[in-house]
Amino acid sequence: MKTEQEYLFEFLLRLGDDQLILGHRLSEWCGHAPILEEDIALANISLDCIGQSSALLKLAAEIEEKGRTEDTLAYFREATQFKNIQLVEQPNGDFAFTIARQFLFDVYVYLLYEKIQHSTHPTLSGIAAKAFKEITYHLRHSKEWMLRLGDGTEESHKRLQNAVDELWTFTDELFAFDEVENALVSAKIIPPLISLQQEWNEMVKKVLAEATIKLFNEQCYKVKGSRKGKHSEHLGHLLAEMQILARSFPTAKW
Amino acid sequence: MSTTTDTQWQLWEIFVQSETGAPHEHAGSLHAPDAEMALQNARDVYSRRGEAISIWVVPTQCITATTPSDTQPFFDPAQDKIYRHPQFYHVPKSVKGL
Repeated sequence: MKTEQEYLFEFLLRLGDDQLILGHRLSEWCGHAPILEEDIALANISLDCIGQSSALLKLAAEIEEKGRTEDTLAYFREATQFKNIQLVEQPNGDFAFTIARQFLFDVYVYLLYEKIQHSTHPTLSGIAAKAFKEITYHLRHSKEWMLRLGDGTEESHKRLQNAVDELWTFTDELFAFDEVENALVSAKIIPPLISLQQEWNEMVKKVLAEATIKLFNEQCYKVKGSRKGKHSEHLGHLLAEMQILARSFPTAKW
Repeated sequence: MSTTTDTQWQLWEIFVQSETGAPHEHAGSLHAPDAEMALQNARDVYSRRGEAISIWVVPTQCITATTPSDTQPFFDPAQDKIYRHPQFYHVPKSVKGL
């Protein structure tokens, strides 16, 4: 039986790692996006994600009380110790793939943080409220792109349809709540998350329909286990790049 | 004569208002496929540090501008009509803020 403090630490790792890994993925677009304005938009979103993860992991480290910081949590954990969903660690692919991944995630965190900002933990509620404002914009950006790519040219429709087909396998995990969330809900630290999956489904399917994208694969195989540290092979490669500097020069300051 | 095809999106001019009551001032231009995306891009390019409370986007092609060759006939005549400039009035010392 874990303590409330341990459950909260675990929950913060899940939230923080999602944002950290997605933020890193988006940063890979910097200098490579299809057009200058989109390059700036993706870099902005990336910085928002990394900022949110920094606040969440800092709070996690404080709650853990083992002398770690947000930096040691980000740079000195192995892949199996990361608790992010596999959706966010998937490689960028083409622009449609990045937008589809972003949209599925944005709807998720939009609904999740809308609830968590009412947490009774004052710091968590503050972080979530600030993040919610940023996420509202991220969702507007990815949703508008979903509509334009899906209902755009034959080529953009095909690419977005392929992206959604491929990404659907990662969508069950978003709602893989277990004893961690249950304990925090029982302790009234966070509001119940039970309605999240249905709300997500409704919101996502409405936009997919408007974007003329079909869900051919709704009953496909769904990956699971990342909240316990199980990941695709892509996370290790991502971490190698993200952590190399901090691990090569552990006392470096920037 | 060679022609180059512009593969970029349509060009938009961006006007940013910094505070209530202030005029929307021209901030620059950017590319976007349509007005909604132009607003979003403008938010990222011209107001990410909180410079704006309101943004206008206008298709560049909708703006009619003077050309450099207009400079003489358009703007010169004012220069030699000094009576058009309010420089013959004596401003009382007690008037401030003029």
